[in-house]
Amino acid sequence: MSPVSVAAEAGAIEARARHRKRARRQEQSRTNLWRLGVLVAFAGAWEGATRGGLINPFWVSNPSLIAADLWKAFTSGSVFLHIGVTLYEAFLGFVTGAVAGILSGFALARWDRLSRVLDPYVTALNSLPRVALAPLFILWFGIGVTSKVILAFSLVVFILLVNTYAGAKNVDQDLVIISRLLGANRRQLTAKVILPSSIPWIFAGLRLGLAYALIGAVVGEVIVAQAGLGFLISHSAGVFNTTGVFSALIILMVIAMLLNELMKATERKLLRWRPQIPGI
Amino acid sequence: MESLSHAFDIDGRTVPVLADVSLDVAEGEFLAIVGPSGCGKSTLLNIVSGLFPPTTGRVTVDGAPVEGINPRIGYMFARDALLPWRTSLANVAFGPELAGEPADRREAKARDLLRLTGLAGFEGSYPSQLSQGMRQRVSLARTLARNPDILLMDEPFGALDAQTKLVLEEEFLRIWERDRKTVIFVTHDLFEAIAMADRVAVFSARPGRIKSLVALDLPRPRSVTAGRFGPRFQDLYDRLWDDLRYEVVAAG
Repeated sequence: MSPVSVAAEAGAIEARARHRKRARRQEQSRTNLWRLGVLVAFAGAWEGATRGGLINPFWVSNPSLIAADLWKAFTSGSVFLHIGVTLYEAFLGFVTGAVAGILSGFALARWDRLSRVLDPYVTALNSLPRVALAPLFILWFGIGVTSKVILAFSLVVFILLVNTYAGAKNVDQDLVIISRLLGANRRQLTAKVILPSSIPWIFAGLRLGLAYALIGAVVGEVIVAQAGLGFLISHSAGVFNTTGVFSALIILMVIAMLLNELMKATERKLLRWRPQIPGI
Repeated sequence: MESLSHAFDIDGRTVPVLADVSLDVAEGEFLAIVGPSGCGKSTLLNIVSGLFPPTTGRVTVDGAPVEGINPRIGYMFARDALLPWRTSLANVAFGPELAGEPADRREAKARDLLRLTGLAGFEGSYPSQLSQGMRQRVSLARTLARNPDILLMDEPFGALDAQTKLVLEEEFLRIWERDRKTVIFVTHDLFEAIAMADRVAVFSARPGRIKSLVALDLPRPRSVTAGRFGPRFQDLYDRLWDDLRYEVVAAG
């Protein structure tokens, strides 16, 4: 092959790469456009149906009413208390539940006797739909913040326990053997091999746990509370204020999505050694 | 090692893997072990490394019995088994880190070893960013980092493509010839065994026994590729292959 044709080929490869990149960008912006289209069509149909008299806005509200309500809620600042309370409950439940879940997951994975003895109890408690415990928690811990934190905790702790346990048990045995051969003792094995190799599992659990912490807080508030987005929902529904219900739902949705993105970013940073992060 | 026997219990049946293996490896000797698949070569290395005790018999190093894992013995697998969340440098420094060496010392050591194994410039790469051959180089550097007196190698280049394998064999010989550690090198590649070792032990089909033990009178320093087509190499190859072929056929 002559040098000229080699150079020409290199140029062609670069051009093709550029072309592919541009095509990908175009595809992305087309996708975004379609997404926006779906939203506009949905909101438009909703608005149209309620204004055209097809459906009574008393039952389903409509986008302009919700937008006005949200605007009022944020400009008056009345909603921030509720957002703050819900986030506070979810956050406390999440952190305590995650710490307890990770620690007990490791404990069970590293002490065979402990996991053998406790296995049926863990399975039993984990099978119980724990939101069913909410009335009991409210009875025990009152209608304030504490009962919601406990409910969120009870949801989060088992998710993290199960995931951490699975992660610690799924360590590549070759890594364990080679580390032992290199002189690792039991403690070093846990800290330097089993813990880091469980991190992807723990993160999967944390992401799920975050969603469940929010569920715990809101469900608790819906049952009985003095403040919070769940309280806002049940209170609005109680006075037939569907617009208020939808406003609170939209705020919850946005919060959940933001939290999930935050978690993904943290995960990407911590797991940069992975060739790629699969899915979601 | 003396009259080493080992049996595994598989599904309640006792399967003998090694039968009465006795071997004496001199300090600084490069011993290759070849044998058919499943003849207990890897089991032998696992026992010598102290990962588990033999059913009968014993292993001694300098007269002292091997009981449990011994940092004087380095062990390298066919699979690189690098910690995927650690960079090359941190993987090589792992052994010294476990031994409690200070960070600057173990890092300097790891840097030197990566240079020795031809990986200067890849200190910050993660295993997933390296080729198979490079990962095996990191694995070799990691094994050397604890400065073992004895190297156990279980088909260390077995998973590599033919060219990469030749290059790594050549480089390993070069490294070995600098300080002549005792090496027990398991392989199923007879060429590799003859090109590198001082002696070759041919194992029988399971349960593994030593069928023949042949000292190679090839000169050193050697080149893995250059001697390969000489008449002496050919003689040794024919002789060992005669022994080995019979066992491979027997192993099915």
